[in-house]
Amino acid sequence: MIAVSNPLLQWSYVTQNIGTILSALARQAELTVIAVVLGFAISLPLGVLVWRYAKARPAVLGFAGVLYTIPSLALFALVQPIVGYFSTTAAEIPLVSYTLLILVRNILAGLDGVPDDVREAARAMGYAPLAQLLRVDLPLALPSIFAGLRVATVTVVGLVTITTFIGQNVLGQLITQGFEQTYNSPIVVALVLSIALASVGDLLFVGLERVTVRWGRSSRSPA
Amino acid sequence: MSFWPRLGHFFTTSANWTGADGIVHRVVLQAELSAIVVVIAGALGIGFGFLLGHVGRGGLVAVNAANAARAVPSLALLTLLAIQPSIGLRAGGFLTAGITLVVLAVPPILTNSYVGMREVDADVREAARAMGMNGWQQLWKVEVPLALPLAVAGLRTAAVEVVATATLAAYVTVNDLGVYIFAGLSTQDSVETVAGSLLVALLALLTDLLLVGAYRLVTPEPLRQRRGARGAQVLRRERGAARAVGQPS
Repeated sequence: MIAVSNPLLQWSYVTQNIGTILSALARQAELTVIAVVLGFAISLPLGVLVWRYAKARPAVLGFAGVLYTIPSLALFALVQPIVGYFSTTAAEIPLVSYTLLILVRNILAGLDGVPDDVREAARAMGYAPLAQLLRVDLPLALPSIFAGLRVATVTVVGLVTITTFIGQNVLGQLITQGFEQTYNSPIVVALVLSIALASVGDLLFVGLERVTVRWGRSSRSPA
Repeated sequence: MSFWPRLGHFFTTSANWTGADGIVHRVVLQAELSAIVVVIAGALGIGFGFLLGHVGRGGLVAVNAANAARAVPSLALLTLLAIQPSIGLRAGGFLTAGITLVVLAVPPILTNSYVGMREVDADVREAARAMGMNGWQQLWKVEVPLALPLAVAGLRTAAVEVVATATLAAYVTVNDLGVYIFAGLSTQDSVETVAGSLLVALLALLTDLLLVGAYRLVTPEPLRQRRGARGAQVLRRERGAARAVGQPS
């Protein structure tokens, strides 16, 4: 199916391949959501632990720094033979690892940013350590945590396209197909849908932040 | 042969090091491509970031636009450019790969440069004016030196991303270290993948060290204690510019 004329977007491509396009988009979204949810579930306790036990900080951040220099393509290729070719796990391990390094950094930055006098006041008011963490420290760290979630989501959407090279039926599939056939339309469709997906994720967290941080603010002010 | 001896064999075979498809040539290509991109993206990002930060208008729009550019998947842009007859394989694919990587690299540099310039204390600006400096002198002798460390921190993030992502360029045109990784993928043989990954990681680490050095160099003496690498993070956090932190590629 080599296109004779090759406009940036041929509408007939979209209408004729709508099923393929939608299933690639769905898989892209699925892999993204799994990565961000798992990544957050791991990095929240990890971030709090590293914050509490300062000795662990250089080791964790150093590991994250090294991980950061390994290209995602390489990480996908390296994990795959260990956990199984074309498996979801092979895609998710690198994706989750990358979210960890973004999220832990932001959780730490947020917790570090809680003013000392606020923490002291909380202690003086008789907050137990866990209650203080849940009701004082973490709420105040929320803006930084949300910033991390936004970066992580946008990043993961981009990385998921690359999992096409380890056999995932994601938007990257359309990209490689377009490249091999010298056909613009599949690539442009994948590009637009990736950006749309990233934007939806981003806006979702902007909305969530509005809701939760407003609550944080109003609960602080009456006192 | 099992994996480790074969990996060792890969690196000790002299034929793997020389020639157009040898390790040396591929490392050089990857480094060359990355260096060109970082220089161009650095000039654009620092130039516009400083300008907007100095003028103080339109900056947020630019920073938001730069962040939106992060949502563009490099693979899509790379392949799309590669199949355009007018861009495609020019300069051995460097043009295609270069544009893609510049789009990737500008956002963190622009954001950090802009924030760095905005961060310059209003009192310091006023003091410079009171000392009789004209606009250009204020900019060059006061604001730029104070904003440069944060800008270079952004450059560092971007440079590591560029070196790592340059591997993708092997998919379309460039005969760089990514070729090992793709070759390993298509033959389901980890030796080449691991070898290629090690080389890329090493190059990225080297790049990182180089820019840490540059960071130290551009940080004015009195600021080194108070505002070292950690200080830059604090600054970034305080200004809600946590989005300036890098993304893996």
